[in-house]
Amino acid sequence: MSDTSASGPSAATHSTPATHSTPATRAEVCVAACAEAWRGDGEILAAAMGTCSVLGARLARLTFEPGLLTTDGGALLTAAPIPLGAGPGKIEGWLPFREHLWLVQNGRRHVMMGASQIDGYGNTNISVIGDWAKPKSQLLGMRGAPGNTICNPVSYWIPRHSPRVFVGKVDLVSGVGYDRARELGPDTSRFHGLRRVITNLGVLDFATPDGRMRLVSVHPGVTVNEVVNATGFELVIEGEVPTTPAPSTEELRLIREELDPKSLRDTEVAS
Amino acid sequence: MGERMTPAEIVGELEDGMTIGIGGWGSRRKPMALVREIYRSRLKDLTIVSCGGPDVGLLCAAGKVRRLIAPFVTLDSIALEPHFRAARQAGVIEFTEYDEGMFMFGLLAAAHRLPFLPTRAGLGSDVLTVNKDLRTVRSPYPGPGQEDGLDDGEEVVAMPALTLDAALVHMDVADTRGNGRYLGADPYLDDLFAKAAARTYLSAERLTAPGEVGGPPQALLISRMHVAGVTDTPGGAHFTGHGAAGERDEAFQRHYAESAADPGKWKSFADRFLGAGEAAYQREVRRWHEERA
Repeated sequence: MSDTSASGPSAATHSTPATHSTPATRAEVCVAACAEAWRGDGEILAAAMGTCSVLGARLARLTFEPGLLTTDGGALLTAAPIPLGAGPGKIEGWLPFREHLWLVQNGRRHVMMGASQIDGYGNTNISVIGDWAKPKSQLLGMRGAPGNTICNPVSYWIPRHSPRVFVGKVDLVSGVGYDRARELGPDTSRFHGLRRVITNLGVLDFATPDGRMRLVSVHPGVTVNEVVNATGFELVIEGEVPTTPAPSTEELRLIREELDPKSLRDTEVAS
Repeated sequence: MGERMTPAEIVGELEDGMTIGIGGWGSRRKPMALVREIYRSRLKDLTIVSCGGPDVGLLCAAGKVRRLIAPFVTLDSIALEPHFRAARQAGVIEFTEYDEGMFMFGLLAAAHRLPFLPTRAGLGSDVLTVNKDLRTVRSPYPGPGQEDGLDDGEEVVAMPALTLDAALVHMDVADTRGNGRYLGADPYLDDLFAKAAARTYLSAERLTAPGEVGGPPQALLISRMHVAGVTDTPGGAHFTGHGAAGERDEAFQRHYAESAADPGKWKSFADRFLGAGEAAYQREVRRWHEERA
C-alpha cells in the first residue's frame, strides 16, 4: 500500500512562523540532500545512521516519497515520521534486529551508512585503522556493512569530508565498492548498488563508466577546490559543478518545527 | 529444565577453554551479573561469541578472552568499547570478525544442527580475507545468468555454524523452570544463542512460579528445554538497558567508559564495583548515584 495521505506529525502549532524564513544552514542543506537519496525508492525501508541522515529519511517520507517506511531508531516502524529523540507514537510495524537482518537479504531497503574511510570506488571501512591483525585503532567492527552493500542499495552520510576519510585505499573493506563488485561478476553483484555520498561539503555519486566517484554538487558557499582538497583521491568532475539545492520553505519548516525542533542537526554539522 | 542456581554456581559449571555465547546486543540486555561473576572467577582461555558490548569489554579487561567471535563491539550511545579496543590494539585477543547477518546465520546453523548456511553477505568484502578458514559454495541449482550461456549456480558464502558450549542470556521475567520472557521491543538473538548451545544459563530481573510469567505467549522467548540453570538477578543487566522499565544507565555507562579508557581510573572502578559480589556491585552503584545527586 502506498499511503499518499501521509502527513506526518500533525502537529505543531505554528506559533513562530518567522523561523523558516531565515536561510538554510549547512546542516539543513545536508538534511535535504540526504532526503534526495531516497527519491524514487517507493515502499521500502529507509534505514539511516547519523542525525542528518535520519532527518533526511523522515523528510523524504513527509514530502516526495510518502511510501517509505521509517523507524523510531529502534525496533518499531512508526505510523508517521517522528521528531528526533521522540517516542515512537503510533506504530505500523515491528522490525527487531533479526527482522532487519532478514530484510537486508530480502532487499526492500535502502540504507544510508557512515564510513570511517571511503575510497574512489566507494569501498568503505568502519572496522579498523592500520593492520587488521594488530590495529593502530580498533573501531566498531564490520557490523552489517558487507551484507548491506552486497544485498541492498546503499548511500553514505559523512559529516566531516576530509582526506583522512576520503582515502586512496581503505585499510579494510567492510562495505563493498564498485571495483570489488565488478570482480564478483554480474550475477553475484546484481543487488549491489551505491547511490550517493552526502557530506558536509557536497553530494557525490558513482554515475561514471567505471564506477568511480563523481562530484555531483557543492553545497552553497563551498567551492569545488575545497572538495578536491578534502579528498585523498582524484574525483571525477564533469564541467561546471552545480550548487546543491537549498531546502524549500516548506522543507525548512518541517525540519525546524516538526522533525528536529531541538536543532540536534547543528551538533553534527556546524553552520 | 533449569535448576535454580546462584550466579556463582552457574559460573562454577563453566570450564576453561569453553566457547560461550552471550545474548543481548551492544549495550542492551546483557547478562551482566553473570559476566561480572566470570570477571571475578578463575576461568581462562574463553572463546566469546557475542554481539558485543560491555560484556566483551569486561571479559577483555579481566584477561578471560582468548578469542572473540563478533560482528561488532559497541556501547551504542558511546560508539567504541575502550577495553575491547585496548585488547585488539595490544594484540592480546584473537578476533573472528563477521558481518551481522553472517553472525545470525552462524547461530541459526548451530541452532538447527547444520554445518553451515549460505548467504550473500561477505562476498566482495574483506570478511573473506581476514577469516582464512571461511569458504564459499556454489549453488547446485541454475543461477540467474542463464542468458549469458553459463549454467553455473551462484557462489555464496558458507557461514559455519557457531556451536556453543554454553550460552548466557538475560530476561526481564523468568519462571523457576527457566522459561523466560522479554519486555522490550527486541528479542535480539537470545533464543538462537540458547538453541545453539549445549546448555543455557538464564538470569532474570524477576523470577516467578511456573506458569506465572504472564504476558502474550510470543514474548516467551526462552524455553526451559534449552535451560540448564536459572538465577534471580534484580538489576542483573545493569548498566545495559533491558525491558520497557529498564533504560540503559547512561550516566553510569559514561563512568564505566571513562574509567576503562584510563588504567589508573580503571583500577579505582574495578576496586569499588567489581571486587566483591553482585550485591556489593548493586549497592555501590546506588551509592554512586546518591553521591552525584
